[in-house]
Amino acid sequence: MRMTTRNVSLTTALRYKGQGPMLTFLLHRIGGLGMAVFISVHILSSFMGGTVGIYLNGLYESWGFQIVIFFFVMFHVINGLRIAIFDMWPSLLVHEREAIWLEWPVFLALYGFAVLVIVRTGLGS
Amino acid sequence: MDTRPRTLRPSERGLNFEMLLWLFARLSALAMYALILIGLVGALIMGARTEMNFADVMRWAFMPTVTHVQSTNVPELAPWATGFWKVVGSALVVVAMTHGARGLVVIADDYIGPGRGRMIVRVAGVVALIAMCVIGLYVVWTA
Repeated sequence: MRMTTRNVSLTTALRYKGQGPMLTFLLHRIGGLGMAVFISVHILSSFMGGTVGIYLNGLYESWGFQIVIFFFVMFHVINGLRIAIFDMWPSLLVHEREAIWLEWPVFLALYGFAVLVIVRTGLGS
Repeated sequence: MDTRPRTLRPSERGLNFEMLLWLFARLSALAMYALILIGLVGALIMGARTEMNFADVMRWAFMPTVTHVQSTNVPELAPWATGFWKVVGSALVVVAMTHGARGLVVIADDYIGPGRGRMIVRVAGVVALIAMCVIGLYVVWTA
């Protein structure tokens, strides 16, 4: 498999200041990748059952894991909606940074509430 | 390093397969919002407001399968295991898996140059997609 050569050095790439849009791009990608791995393993463990399957599904139901996977899913869902809206109305793209600023409070409110509920249930209160 | 812009002329653009996949990513996302909304409304109709917490409702909405409500205070599991929810769950499995497989290919394309590598990734993606859909549907219908 031929890998593409880098146009810039790794240190230059790490210093790239993409700011808001770059951060959402990264989180969207990390979340999508995380979901792909999680859902595939979750389906396989549900299919297999047995000691390994039950152990994995138990791990997935633990509140620590739920906090991580809820971040992946909810960020991907809310950010994906913004991407779909901009793709349908490209003329709105001039307001992309403002839309990303708006996106964060929406995400934090929903995700924050979910985490609060998960932790409270996890601590058994 | 080639720094010329690589934008296609309007006459060279069109509905090729990659463009259709790009369109599918958006349309499948919209379809998933609709399916999640159906799960959310359905859960509320079936009594989620008093019997489930916010995180459990979201978990059900993202994947409406009866095993996702077993740990909640729902008194009767039968309404959550009807054929309707199995169909909604199956649709989510197929749409989400296809959306995800396409996404994995997009990520791989960022790191693998044109040629045989990309072809291998595409074939592997399709094989994994079909296998995971079959297994996923089996899990949904036998849950």
